[in-house]
Amino acid sequence: MTAADNGAAIAPLSAAQPCVRIEGVTKRFGEFTAVDDVSLDIQEGEIFCLLGGSGCGKTTLLRMLAGFEQPTAGRILIDGQDMADIAPYERPVNMMFQSYALFPHMTVQANVAFGLEQEKLPKTQIAQRVEAMLSLVRLDGMAQRKPHQLSGGQRQRVALARSLVKRPRLLLLDEPLGALDRKLREHTQFELLGLQKQLGVTFVVVTHDQEEAMTLANRIGVMDRGRIVQVGSPRDIYEYPSTRFVADFIGSVNLFEGRLTEDEADYVRVACPELPAPVLVDHGVSAAPEATVWVAIRPEKIQLLRERPEAADNLAQGTVRDVAYMGDMSIYLVVLPGGRELRVTRANLQRKEEEVFQSGDAVWLVWDAASPVVGTG
Amino acid sequence: MAARGLRLGRLLVIGVPMGWLLLFFLAPFLIDFKISLSEVRLAIPPYAPLLEWADGKLVALHLHLTNYRYLFTDSLYVSAYGYSLKVAAVSTVLCLLLGYPMALGIARAEPARRNLLLMLVILPFWTSFLLRVYAWMGLLRNNGLINNLLLWAGVIDTPIQMMQTDFAVYLGIVYSYLPFMILPLYTNLEKHDGTLLEAAADLGAKPLAAFLRVTLPLSVPGILAGALLVFIPVVGEYVIPTLLGRPDQLMIGRVLSDEFFANRDWPVASAVAMLMLLLLVAPIVAFQRLQNNASEAR
Repeated sequence: MTAADNGAAIAPLSAAQPCVRIEGVTKRFGEFTAVDDVSLDIQEGEIFCLLGGSGCGKTTLLRMLAGFEQPTAGRILIDGQDMADIAPYERPVNMMFQSYALFPHMTVQANVAFGLEQEKLPKTQIAQRVEAMLSLVRLDGMAQRKPHQLSGGQRQRVALARSLVKRPRLLLLDEPLGALDRKLREHTQFELLGLQKQLGVTFVVVTHDQEEAMTLANRIGVMDRGRIVQVGSPRDIYEYPSTRFVADFIGSVNLFEGRLTEDEADYVRVACPELPAPVLVDHGVSAAPEATVWVAIRPEKIQLLRERPEAADNLAQGTVRDVAYMGDMSIYLVVLPGGRELRVTRANLQRKEEEVFQSGDAVWLVWDAASPVVGTG
Repeated sequence: MAARGLRLGRLLVIGVPMGWLLLFFLAPFLIDFKISLSEVRLAIPPYAPLLEWADGKLVALHLHLTNYRYLFTDSLYVSAYGYSLKVAAVSTVLCLLLGYPMALGIARAEPARRNLLLMLVILPFWTSFLLRVYAWMGLLRNNGLINNLLLWAGVIDTPIQMMQTDFAVYLGIVYSYLPFMILPLYTNLEKHDGTLLEAAADLGAKPLAAFLRVTLPLSVPGILAGALLVFIPVVGEYVIPTLLGRPDQLMIGRVLSDEFFANRDWPVASAVAMLMLLLLVAPIVAFQRLQNNASEAR
């Protein structure tokens, strides 16, 4: 900690020392490389989400932050301090386990008090802090219950209370909402955000659920095969995926391969064999002329029309094959003459059924030049 | 039809062990109880009948509590009961102190090595129990292996008296009954959720604190099961104290056998057995209650 940090509470995040700095961390289990040369800064007060499929190394990275695993190479610094020789029980870090890992033989009260008792705090102070924490997570009447007498949502809140009561610098959450049902998840998500804002603790969340990552995170790090492939805000990740993997992993997307036919500083044209017209994209790409690139178009950014629009680029003709009515929106599967299927979503703005396309209808598909993302990776 | 078949199956599953227990536990128990209320006499069988019949009619019922009263008048019995309980209690604690770290070590070993280690615990069962106790005699005797080794090394000048001491009894019992402590403890410890210890460490508990606050309380059912499996049979242990123990201090199993075979006093022998059972009921009930509490707490 430098002296400058103390006064600079509202200083821009990038200027402050990061809460967590991960420097070239690699973790191997025998032949298998779980985490591959990851470098990352996590800022104070941030909610950072590590997002990826199973086996991508996100949980291993989290366990290295907690101290349960040691990096094979690289360094982890928390508040500038190297964590290499610091045991889990000495780190200013607490973790909320995916299984919650509540002590089954202890009451809710004893579970939450456990961490404070290890600090040898006076009994009255422990009781006060436990009580305050239990009321913060709305478990006031439950103090004397055992974990097996609680519902899943209540257990989740005990786990949260237990990990927050020690006022950690950093809270690690392993799939925090994974075990909850859908309604409860949404509710808890916002509760978690509220708590984080109130306590100002830095959160690192691991999840495979992009929706969870999107709603919780200030920044998301997408992981694939042990590497972090993109770091950015939820909007960045969704709208400007840097690789084909990210585009495909986050949300649903229509992906095409194509050849770069025109490459200017402010626009490119891509010829995709599966599309009748070239794709015009209003941003440049750093690739050789005639290079093979991928183009991604989100389903909600494609318009469905009955008549042929006045455009030479970014359009296709097809037949509606299937319609899935989801309530707030509908998903249309449109088959192009070449056989390629496109996914298009439309918000159901009207209650009435007018203007809705039926299965078998011939339609025109158009999209804006600002909509597609093009890349080489 | 299927439901009936199922019911029949259930009846069979419960019925077979129930029948076994009725035939080989309850019936002998009642016979034994009957004999304990009888009087010794020189005949076959060597006790007086309780019921006296004449012309197909019951004329008298003889019940004697003298056998029980006798057990309290002779200090031999009281002392044997007391000594047996003491030996059982001390051995149980010793087995626990030795067995717990072993069980924990096995439970935390690599899965591939666990079977090997368990095998080593069970291996002594492959040799006859009696043979193993005789082997200890060979080791502990005044001119046995240990004393000879120490004499040869010059550590001692005269042999250490190890045979026929309390030490030899404890050694033999702990050696023989240790697996009965380790196995139930291992079964319990092996099922523990490792993330609980990670959670404890994460919350600032050093390994010892995590053990005392998490592993130990969660292993109480295993401790109780192991303790029960050691304590109960050791109270009635006959072979080890007879072969290795003090001649001047008998355990109740030896007394029972002497009464029965040497004295041919079946009624007193039966009373000794009855009283031993009564003495064991209390700890068994206590253990069971603790175990119920422990499993409720989970």
